[in-house]
Amino acid sequence: MSLTPKQIESIAHLARLELKPEEISAYAGSLGSILDMISQLEKADTGNLEPMAHPLEGQVQRLRADQATSGNERDLYQRNAPQVEAGLYLVPRVIE
Amino acid sequence: MDVTLAGLAAGLKARRFSSVELTREALARAEASQGALNTLISITAESALAAAAVADQRLARGEGGPLTGVPMIHKDIFCTAGVLTTCASRMLSNFVAPYDATVVAKLRAAGMVMVGKANMDEFAMGSSNETSYYGPVMNPWDLARVPGGSSGGSAAAVAARLAPLATATDTGGSIRQPAALCGVTGIKPTYGRVSRYGMIAFASSLDQAGVITITAEDAALALTAMAGFDPKDSTSVDAPVPDYAATLAAPLAGLKVGIVKEFFGEGLASEVEGPVREVLAVLTKLGAQVREVSLPSLPLSVPTYYVVAPAECSSNLARFDGVRYGYRCKDPKDLIDLYKRSRAEGFGAEVKRRIMTGTYVLSAGYYDAYYLKAQKVRALITADFRRAFGEVDLLLGPTSPTVAFGIGDKTSDPITMYLNDIYTIGANLAGLPALSMPCGFAGGLPVGVQLIGPHFGEARLLNAAHRYQQETDWHLKAPAGFKAGFAP
Repeated sequence: MSLTPKQIESIAHLARLELKPEEISAYAGSLGSILDMISQLEKADTGNLEPMAHPLEGQVQRLRADQATSGNERDLYQRNAPQVEAGLYLVPRVIE
Repeated sequence: MDVTLAGLAAGLKARRFSSVELTREALARAEASQGALNTLISITAESALAAAAVADQRLARGEGGPLTGVPMIHKDIFCTAGVLTTCASRMLSNFVAPYDATVVAKLRAAGMVMVGKANMDEFAMGSSNETSYYGPVMNPWDLARVPGGSSGGSAAAVAARLAPLATATDTGGSIRQPAALCGVTGIKPTYGRVSRYGMIAFASSLDQAGVITITAEDAALALTAMAGFDPKDSTSVDAPVPDYAATLAAPLAGLKVGIVKEFFGEGLASEVEGPVREVLAVLTKLGAQVREVSLPSLPLSVPTYYVVAPAECSSNLARFDGVRYGYRCKDPKDLIDLYKRSRAEGFGAEVKRRIMTGTYVLSAGYYDAYYLKAQKVRALITADFRRAFGEVDLLLGPTSPTVAFGIGDKTSDPITMYLNDIYTIGANLAGLPALSMPCGFAGGLPVGVQLIGPHFGEARLLNAAHRYQQETDWHLKAPAGFKAGFAP
């Protein structure tokens, strides 16, 4: 299966990745061969099987009560932020 | 013997050396090996010596357990408070974790001394440790070869005797395959057995934390301390943790071992098959009964994995947006440009390939054909394992189809690289515990055998591995040029 440059650009846009022109052709090739490999799944007779939702039988994702369990760690967490001001994360202007 | 975790702990207890002395030795080895092996992204000398001094005080008071005072290494996927935590990515090359992963906190509470953080494939995506932003790790058995991946730094560090233990993670074979290629022991526990809190996510329905050691006994000691319920991880299973060390010596008489037919077909190097088959003779001598079993859907593991894992990775890695933490591009012209260039510049080529594969298989119109279909095939593969465990106690096969390959040999074709995990992926898809241990050499390079158990069957896996290691000494072989023991 081959993907067109336009399809690769559209996937990259959905994934929010900027690609250089040479990357577009390279990914078209490698994603195409990955999809070819994946196409083996079509042959599998999965009949009425339910898709597997959890690796452990009968287990479901546990939920917790919607209650705050730790204090406000904003200052600590914002030490890793590229740009903050007065406790706010800064990004380029969105609304003109 | 002063080489294993158990041996070093005994030496500490008997006051043959102190934790500070042991830690100084581990730090010296780490520094000295970096140029040749590149196993570490950070060396944490100052905090290690402080932790060692505390461990020595505990030991002097007669306190502490079987891990207290022993140096170790964490894979750089685990958050360590106040210490750089990169996941081997430019994206997190400036990230200082604000908290400890539960695994880190537990091993610290047990008195272990972290001397550094291990190199790995970027975001654990790779089978050769060549996708790291910090450069490849070299295999200590042959510096021109890969150590395997993604936990390549952890495996190479233990093989080179920098420390007797390194943590690791396994999404499709990332503990077992590098353990096999480096000649060390590695266990991936049952899905949910060890907390993933503070472990940077790759594929949430597959990821599990484990450990790489020299012996199965050491793995048992470490896993007993690492495993257990954690309310901070919603996939963590609330089940009691056995003392894995307590059952290591149990007899293997009557143990039913299944040889997985599908693991011995085309693609398996004969130089790997030979030593793996020889394991059967040892297990038989110990009283095990060996028979062949078939898991007919297992050959679909690789295609199933390369739908499920990229799909989950594309969603997990969406959090890296250049806004709250991590790498941000220079001079973004608007918000979309900030997202796109921060991600393009922050992620390496393989991570981007998997994000795009995942984005494609989850995109509108393709979800049923790819993701839903893969989850159905996953149910088929899991049913095969369930049937097999109705007949046998453990499954056995090779860990990897070949011994360690050359650096650069498989980087041009992703599919060739992906096939390295053909024997390991099944256990992740079914959430099963699995272990790799050394079982011989081919051309001077280690060969690994894999044991797979039923859910929560870690104790039996470690028991079988320990008994095998009592009969053989493959696991004690150290690569030339590196000290065989640890003690200062």
